[in-house]
Amino acid sequence: MTTSEGNGPVLSIRDLAVALPAGADRRYAVEGVSFDVGPGEIVCVVGESGSGKSVTAFSVMGLLAKGELAAERGEILLEGEDVLKASPERLRDLRGTRMAMIFQEPATALNPVMTIGDQIDEVLQIHTTLSPAERREKVIAIMEAMHLPDPQALYDRYPHQLSGGQRQRVMIAAAMVLDPVILIADEPTTALDVTTQAQILQLIKEMQERRRTGVLFITHDFGVVAEIADKVVVMRHGAIVEQGPAAEIFANPKVDYTRMLIASVPSLEPPSREPAMGPVAVETHDLVKGYGGKSWLGRATQPAFLAAKDVNLVVRRGETLGIVGESGSGKSTVARCIVRLVDPTSGAIEIAGTDIAGLSTRALRPYRRRVQMVFQDPYRSLNPRRTVGASVMEGAMNFGLSHEDALARAQRLMGLVGLSPDALDRYPHQFSGGQRQRIAIARALAMEPDVLIADEAVSALDVSVQKQVLELLDQVKREFDLALLFITHDLRVAAQICDRIAVMRRGEVVEEGPTRELFLNPRHEYTRTLLAAAPGRHLGHAVAAE
Amino acid sequence: MPLLVLQRLVSTIPVLLVVAVVVFLMLRVSGDPAAIIAGDTATSAQIEAVRQAFGFDRPIWEQFLAWIGQVLQGDLGESLFTGLPVTTLIAQRIEPTLMLALTTIVFSVLVAVPLGVLAAWRSGTWIDRAVMVFAVLGFSVPVFVLGYGFMYVFSIELRLLPVQGYTSPFEDFGAFAQGIILPTLTLSCIYVALIARITRASVLETLNEDYIRTARAKGQVERTVLFRHALRNAAVPIVTVIGLGVALLIGGVVVTESVFNIPGLGRLVVDAITRRDYPIIQGLILFFALIYVVLNLMIDLAYTMLDPRIRY
Amino acid sequence: MTAIVEKRAETAVARGDAPEPAPAAPAAPPAGFAGTLKRYPLAAIAALVLAIIGLSAIFAPLVGTTDPTALNPAARLQGASAAHWLGTDHLGRDVWSRLVYGARVSVVVGLAVAALAVVVGLVIGLFTGFIRWLDPIVMRVMDGLMAIPGILLAIALVSVSGASLVTVIAAIVVPEVPRVVRLVRSVVLSVREEPYVEAAVSVGTPLPKLLWRHVLPNCVPPLIVQATYVAASAMLTEAILSFLGAGTPPIVPSWGNMVAEGRLLFQIAPMNLLYPGIALAITILAVNILGDALRDRLDPKLAKRVGQR
Repeated sequence: MTTSEGNGPVLSIRDLAVALPAGADRRYAVEGVSFDVGPGEIVCVVGESGSGKSVTAFSVMGLLAKGELAAERGEILLEGEDVLKASPERLRDLRGTRMAMIFQEPATALNPVMTIGDQIDEVLQIHTTLSPAERREKVIAIMEAMHLPDPQALYDRYPHQLSGGQRQRVMIAAAMVLDPVILIADEPTTALDVTTQAQILQLIKEMQERRRTGVLFITHDFGVVAEIADKVVVMRHGAIVEQGPAAEIFANPKVDYTRMLIASVPSLEPPSREPAMGPVAVETHDLVKGYGGKSWLGRATQPAFLAAKDVNLVVRRGETLGIVGESGSGKSTVARCIVRLVDPTSGAIEIAGTDIAGLSTRALRPYRRRVQMVFQDPYRSLNPRRTVGASVMEGAMNFGLSHEDALARAQRLMGLVGLSPDALDRYPHQFSGGQRQRIAIARALAMEPDVLIADEAVSALDVSVQKQVLELLDQVKREFDLALLFITHDLRVAAQICDRIAVMRRGEVVEEGPTRELFLNPRHEYTRTLLAAAPGRHLGHAVAAE
Repeated sequence: MPLLVLQRLVSTIPVLLVVAVVVFLMLRVSGDPAAIIAGDTATSAQIEAVRQAFGFDRPIWEQFLAWIGQVLQGDLGESLFTGLPVTTLIAQRIEPTLMLALTTIVFSVLVAVPLGVLAAWRSGTWIDRAVMVFAVLGFSVPVFVLGYGFMYVFSIELRLLPVQGYTSPFEDFGAFAQGIILPTLTLSCIYVALIARITRASVLETLNEDYIRTARAKGQVERTVLFRHALRNAAVPIVTVIGLGVALLIGGVVVTESVFNIPGLGRLVVDAITRRDYPIIQGLILFFALIYVVLNLMIDLAYTMLDPRIRY
Repeated sequence: MTAIVEKRAETAVARGDAPEPAPAAPAAPPAGFAGTLKRYPLAAIAALVLAIIGLSAIFAPLVGTTDPTALNPAARLQGASAAHWLGTDHLGRDVWSRLVYGARVSVVVGLAVAALAVVVGLVIGLFTGFIRWLDPIVMRVMDGLMAIPGILLAIALVSVSGASLVTVIAAIVVPEVPRVVRLVRSVVLSVREEPYVEAAVSVGTPLPKLLWRHVLPNCVPPLIVQATYVAASAMLTEAILSFLGAGTPPIVPSWGNMVAEGRLLFQIAPMNLLYPGIALAITILAVNILGDALRDRLDPKLAKRVGQR
């Protein structure tokens, strides 16, 4: 759907170079960046972290951190006017009227102590001379256009009273209220659940079609790109590696890097897998975890909120069970109960034939070894003050292994996860996110567990790194005949690694079955919604067919 | 909502109970309370008489219950020296202290909040550094040094203001105003330093928030970004510190009143120390702690107005 | 004591639904002490000042002093001279000598109170943070102690237990402890949620080792900073106690006592009050500046904030 009907681009970036402060690892955050955004055109700037895609977006708005980043060369022409040369006053006039921006995290991008009506109204207050009544009318109208329910009532609500999707709609409303010619969207759906993401993408498309707004869309997700882009700009290390119409980029990527990025996006089509027949490693029976429900005098009452209710799961050795769900589905709660980082309210967790759900700290100790976990955030899951070796060896030594034996085991494991043994003497901050996640896997394996739980273990990683860590997890599962419990919000990842999948919503498992069957013939309504919402549904097929 | 306010009110009871226990035990943990009250030169017969009179011979929990019962009825005991009820003494002396505290709080907030916002806005510049240097100085220079320093410069050298004393504003407002300037300045220094520092810190923190960036992306001018978005969000910690700082203020009042010879509650404490008039000391500690707790409770409840996310 | 008030307010920001701020990881292993001083020239000066004060306190008899308690009624209220560098007081005692010996009291009080308050507060805070049933009880007691204005509490404690250096130190420690407990507890509570602590729990690390390896190291940097503020506040309180007549016995040449004595003849000989006052202010200022520099260096959350500007 490429559109440029004779009128020139609304945004034209020419040879942009933004300097980094002295002492950074490279001179420019971005260099030699040139591309156009036409009216009613969605241009996706895609790249991994550190590619300079956000810096480019912020340069357009003139919102680069003062004193740290400064545009050094080039032009950014907004309808022919160079915003890099504009005075601060002129820039303020343009923001909100001709160009507008929405951000990654709608929860923090809205002022928590102002009503949402006031926050949309603020744009009108700054840039128009309308009367309060006219402004209110306009705000209500734009809220309606954003499909926000009951705008009159919503006007006086505060951001924390809205859902994530609604907050992003409010952000878009504030951005669009004065009909700018360009909307800059910086990873606007990354913080949202997949079903909400689909709705927001739909809304942005609607804006672009109905109002002919040009959209500069920053993302790291090729799935999203496939979903909405008219034109794609691929960035790496501050420079453009390739750009062109979306169809062309997907059908025929010219550069290896682009090809690699597209190939790294896991396909939504699960490969067929043999059902695992190993012995049962962990089993839950009617697992329930409730929160709240304690009155202020300390009397226990019915839990106010059930994070997990009546969850029944079985994982066999050599098998990967995926728990898939959106935020608040209770998938992590189940994982944390099984590791006993939280105490379940009721139900049983059987490991090696023993119910560990109610065991005391002391009685639990021998079973701790059998279930190990890899956490989501690689930057916080290793103690920054201790060497990698100390972290990896800690568990084994807790269970009586001598220092020499633990060291030997740690060295072996380092090799296994693809790091050199001398990594043991270094500190976590000297490693990248992917490397840290490898270390965390080594730490878990050092316990020689039966069950490995990966709680969103690849969510914080770039796609290329994500793929490698997934392969490592699959490899160690086979090598050690582990039962792998894989918690994720990402259907694509689940499709590739899981033998079976349990879909959770609001604390309940709504559907469970072999991965391929579940993807091809989803029985539950919610599973179907999830699958339909996955961005770029056909992306995997195209690449797989190649 | 009223029920929840009531719950917050109830939650202060354990705190006040701890205060009461501490105040009650104070006399008793450090030896024989009868001997302490009777003084260094008392004979054993005199000590015994005190013991009988104050009921120190009864079991300690019985003494506590009796004492707390009196306190709950508003009876804080009598001065050993004048025999007047402590509550009467407090009522007599409260006006100057209240006036000094009010002028100090108003002055401090009016000076410190703009200073802090300015420092945060211009963070890293000489303005910021000057404010921060002042803040450190305000914490470091003892109240009495400040008091006598001001007195030396303004009253003795320049002869602009009265040296000491207090006049009620209800008698002679001009004299009150003249007399209250130096004590207020003295007492304000530490308070201004405290509030300016926290204002700077929390405004600086909110200035890094995403919604500030959003406001700028809307084309909002800096002044409005600063006051409407940043300061409003920084208000909770600032107000919290104003409340917690009252403890500091009470300590400062005692010294300031002593320096400037103001006949308030602070002087009452100092006189009680020299006369070893323990019921007054105990009563005043209870009184100040009550003020502190009630004030901070009110501030807690005010949070709901400042931040819609906070609910009780 | 001011820093902890600030700290509490910072966590008050987190009221609402946000979790407690987590202590971020240090960007790099701490550089040397010398490096810190180079980055904070003001702190270097402060450290130098403190070193001079500390050394002259220790070697007081060697820095041109006479007996600080020796009376000489014939030489009352003299101005500065070769014999009396800063003149004499109303009893003819040498002000310079009293000033130098007075530093001993302030230094001892500052160090002793800081050490005691930190140790006691650390132990209580660690236990409260990890033992759930203990937490509400201990915290109510701490709230109660904090509700009593520190100076009044100290005054009362000294006046019932008799004035001596030991009772003064004890009386100042009591109101300082709750602030340390709160600090340690808040660190414990946030560290407890850190994935690396959860990882350690799930590899079976027992509680004592967990506290020692993973929790305590996170408490040390903020405690070092807190200790400096406690020391500054303790010196201030000691002087105020003496000034109000509830401190060390008047015979002890402390700065607070000198100020208290100087009051009587302030209009005639103001410098006899201002010398010890200024000495006190300089000492406390130096400690506070050092504390601020340490905080910038050791408290990653604040250090990050400074780095952002």
